Amino acid sequence: MIWNPNKECMSRDEMSALQGKRLHKIVEYVYHNVPFYRNKLQELDIRPDDIQTIEDIKKLPFTTKKDLRDNYPFGLQAAPQSEIIRVHASSGTTGNPTIVGYTRKDIGVWSECMARCLTAYGVTRNDIFSVAYGYGLFTGGLGAHYGVEHLGASVIPAGTGNTEKHLKLIRDLGITGLACTPSYALYLAETMDKLGIRKEDIKLRVGAFGAEPWTENMRKEIEERLGLKGYNIYGLSEVMGPSVSYECQIQHGSHICEDHFYPEIINPTTLEPLPAGQTGELVFTTLTKEGMPVLRYRTRDLCSLMPGTCDCGRTSVRMGRIEGRSDDMLIIRGINVFPSQVESVVLSMPEFAPRYMLVVDRVNNLDTLQVQVEIRQEFFTGVFDTPAAVDQLEKKLAAKLKSVLSIAAKVQLKAPNTIERSQGKSAHVIDKRKL
Amino acid sequence: MSKETNSSALVHSTPRPSREGQGGESAFFNPEVETLSRAEIEALQLERLQQTVRHCMNNEFYRKKFAEMGITPDDIKSLADVRKLPFTTKQDLRDTYPFGMSCVPLRDCVRLHSSSGTTGNPTVILHTQKDLDEWANQVARNLWMVGLRPDDVFQNSSGYGMFTGGLGFQYGAERLGMLTVPAAAGNSLRQIKFIKDFGTTAIHAIPSYVTRLYEVMQQEGVDPRRDTKLKVLAIGAEPHSEEQRKRIEQMMGVKAYNSFGMSEMCGPGVGFECPEQNGLHFWEDYYIVEIVDPETLEPVPDGEIGELVLTTLCREAMPLLRYRTRDLTRVLGRTCPCGRNHIRLDRMRGRSDDMIVLRGVNIFPIQIEKILMQFPEVGTNYLITLVTEDNNDQMIVEVELNEATDDYGKLKGLEQELRHRLGDEILLKPIVRIVAKGTLPVSEGKAVRVVDKRKVFE
Amino acid sequence: MTVHQLSIFIENRSGTLIKVLEALKQAGIQIIASTIADTAEYGIYRLICSEPMRACEELKKANVAVALSDVFAIEIDDQPGRAADAVKTFSEAGISIAYMYSFLLRGKGILVFRTDDNGKAASVITANNLKSISESDLSGLA
Repeated sequence: MIWNPNKECMSRDEMSALQGKRLHKIVEYVYHNVPFYRNKLQELDIRPDDIQTIEDIKKLPFTTKKDLRDNYPFGLQAAPQSEIIRVHASSGTTGNPTIVGYTRKDIGVWSECMARCLTAYGVTRNDIFSVAYGYGLFTGGLGAHYGVEHLGASVIPAGTGNTEKHLKLIRDLGITGLACTPSYALYLAETMDKLGIRKEDIKLRVGAFGAEPWTENMRKEIEERLGLKGYNIYGLSEVMGPSVSYECQIQHGSHICEDHFYPEIINPTTLEPLPAGQTGELVFTTLTKEGMPVLRYRTRDLCSLMPGTCDCGRTSVRMGRIEGRSDDMLIIRGINVFPSQVESVVLSMPEFAPRYMLVVDRVNNLDTLQVQVEIRQEFFTGVFDTPAAVDQLEKKLAAKLKSVLSIAAKVQLKAPNTIERSQGKSAHVIDKRKL
Repeated sequence: MSKETNSSALVHSTPRPSREGQGGESAFFNPEVETLSRAEIEALQLERLQQTVRHCMNNEFYRKKFAEMGITPDDIKSLADVRKLPFTTKQDLRDTYPFGMSCVPLRDCVRLHSSSGTTGNPTVILHTQKDLDEWANQVARNLWMVGLRPDDVFQNSSGYGMFTGGLGFQYGAERLGMLTVPAAAGNSLRQIKFIKDFGTTAIHAIPSYVTRLYEVMQQEGVDPRRDTKLKVLAIGAEPHSEEQRKRIEQMMGVKAYNSFGMSEMCGPGVGFECPEQNGLHFWEDYYIVEIVDPETLEPVPDGEIGELVLTTLCREAMPLLRYRTRDLTRVLGRTCPCGRNHIRLDRMRGRSDDMIVLRGVNIFPIQIEKILMQFPEVGTNYLITLVTEDNNDQMIVEVELNEATDDYGKLKGLEQELRHRLGDEILLKPIVRIVAKGTLPVSEGKAVRVVDKRKVFE
Repeated sequence: MTVHQLSIFIENRSGTLIKVLEALKQAGIQIIASTIADTAEYGIYRLICSEPMRACEELKKANVAVALSDVFAIEIDDQPGRAADAVKTFSEAGISIAYMYSFLLRGKGILVFRTDDNGKAASVITANNLKSISESDLSGLA
């Protein structure tokens, strides 16, 4: 089934024409409403009227996470505050998160894209669909939630955690659809084994898995153990949230909602566009967004694009699996984490030496993050003669880390000069997960 | 489609307030219903009660109950006839788990909320799209009533997911048109950062969390009067006294309005204080309010404390007749200087069962007992203590260790496992203390299992 | 009336304890009594030694997280029940003992402990004629 054949199966010529028209409009819109973009365009001597076709996109400047950080919190917002009805936040590279505002129309477009995605998976209004992404500032929960309601299926806002109760509901309510991270799906399977629930006891048939990289082997394992068909869903809050792209029944790449989000692949070093099929950094331009449109946003995700009509009938371009990152961002339990965020917290506390290490692991299919820091000798005073006193220090750091990272990290205090100094990109990260 | 004819009869329009011209300066979100006279309210209630009872005939549970009691929808001729109807209890919801209380086909439902717990059957609440729209309207009506407008920035510091405080306020605040920040519960440092950075003007949180926020603000050198744009607080989902409210208002320098809701009705939005702050208006176009003696189930006169019983008037998916909330309160009046003639109830005064409300979460001691029984390392005696530590309400669960050990790491591990499992069960993590054998009261007959040291009731 | 105790942060992995002990050996410091309060990941190694000030300096030089804490050390007869009697004296005065350890020295029992109120504990010791060990006694012992 196809939710919106007019858009999802549009001929290439019509799509290009629509994209060109929308690109012109969005450039004009940000030129008049976002000083940051007006300045950038003026520096490059570009007027909105210079942008007429989708090919003209190459003239436009890139937007980076740093631009979002420099304009925190609302500097890139194009719509007036009274029109913004929702804010989501994702990880920034240091202390400030990345803030994205949505108008009522943006939420509508998002729900529409989610409905396209769910329909491609074969979900209908007769399904009972459980959303087990985190709710709140993270886009996963509310994004999928509004989409399921928009489609007309019954949504169970399960959220994360409380796995046993969730499984009980999956069994007792005959839940047929599930949205969560792939690692959480495996954790569910694990818990099912523990509780003696067999896959024959449940009715799950469709899974929307995303927010973290996963492999074909993981897909096979999830499908085998939960008895469902697992589909990839992709998105990022800077562009919208989940459903920027989604797999169809053919499962050969994820279809991008390209009437709303225009994709490019560039060489991350030279920033030159790469021809179709080559792997490079994925870049998105939002074509219809009102709250916080972005021009050529560098996602830092590495993948390739696949043009051509899909066997499912959709003509929209597909993106391949994410093959890596062009920066040091980690994805832990679906949440983006930058080592520099940890650094900003450690540096703000004089009790610790400015040295740290992130140790990431996957235990029972759940990602764990441990942050090792060194106690600074000068701050180790007589009050620390009991483990309870040291515990307090540990808790203080853990609370600060949580406020910046949005996920809980296990703090491990180390004696002075015990964390190895190493150089290079992974100087502060040990990732023990096998992906 | 024939089944849906009844439900569509329940549909009533909830027009948005007029925003043209003066930018929405009306004091009312739904002026036409908020300002009805008592007679008009009661006429509307009777009409909707009759529709609701007819709609209940779509459901086997109600059909059987009506047959047992020998009543038919035609017996509801006046509003007083509501007393002919059977009571509904939480046990009924559990017995009919999961979908036995539904009055519409499942395909017409778009949302499900469920109470906490894996022990026994949870309660399941279903919503149609129409139910969600009405719910959002109630919340928007409340927030508008206390002066919030589309230019405001609303930070919702309530738990999301199955807990209705999150999604309920999210949809309501978005309906009103405010910038809504789904901050969710916890992480005080980030909450404060957002309050400052986003220019947050209104917060919804449980009262104990507001106190906690203030405390962290002080530690961080943030003065809510000087450094924030706050003007309104919505507090609820947890019992609190008038003194506690006043303290919160003094700390934060803004008005704090009491909110009442329960997932069985929809969630937050059922009742809310107006600017007079003299009781909560319960929306009588949506509910029939009764106060009964919890023993005799007979109505008590206005002003006397009894158990709150609610009948839904606009619900499609799961109408509830005379639902026993177990909350104790009293009627303060049926008119108000604010211009709303919807009934005013006192803040909740306690419970008629052993349910604990902690940080907005409802907990029954039996849930804790069942988890503890699964650990052979600990004995069968336990004690739940509720305390306020650092302005933070906490639950301490003490259990006895069966065999002594010198392995501190192992003890710590057991403590963490208990904390984790209990957290999964009751949705918030208690402090677990493993104590030596023989230190807790022995369970003989009715042992005291819960000690509440919080200072919430006057 | 109190003595200096070294409180040392050590991680729960092999090699950390020996690092501390080696440093003390190099400096010629004698350990009189010690105990470890452990958690799953680290421990606080408490010790009474000769020349605590110098020991502290030497450990700092060896990059050890170490601090000095004031604790009481009282002498009791080496007979059943004397420890209970001594602790009872403090308990009856409303003083809490945070931690305690003990050792035998020249036929006498020594109780080392930290309280939540050192001033009050000192007056209890005086009032009850308890024999407390001083810093100079310690260096004499070593």
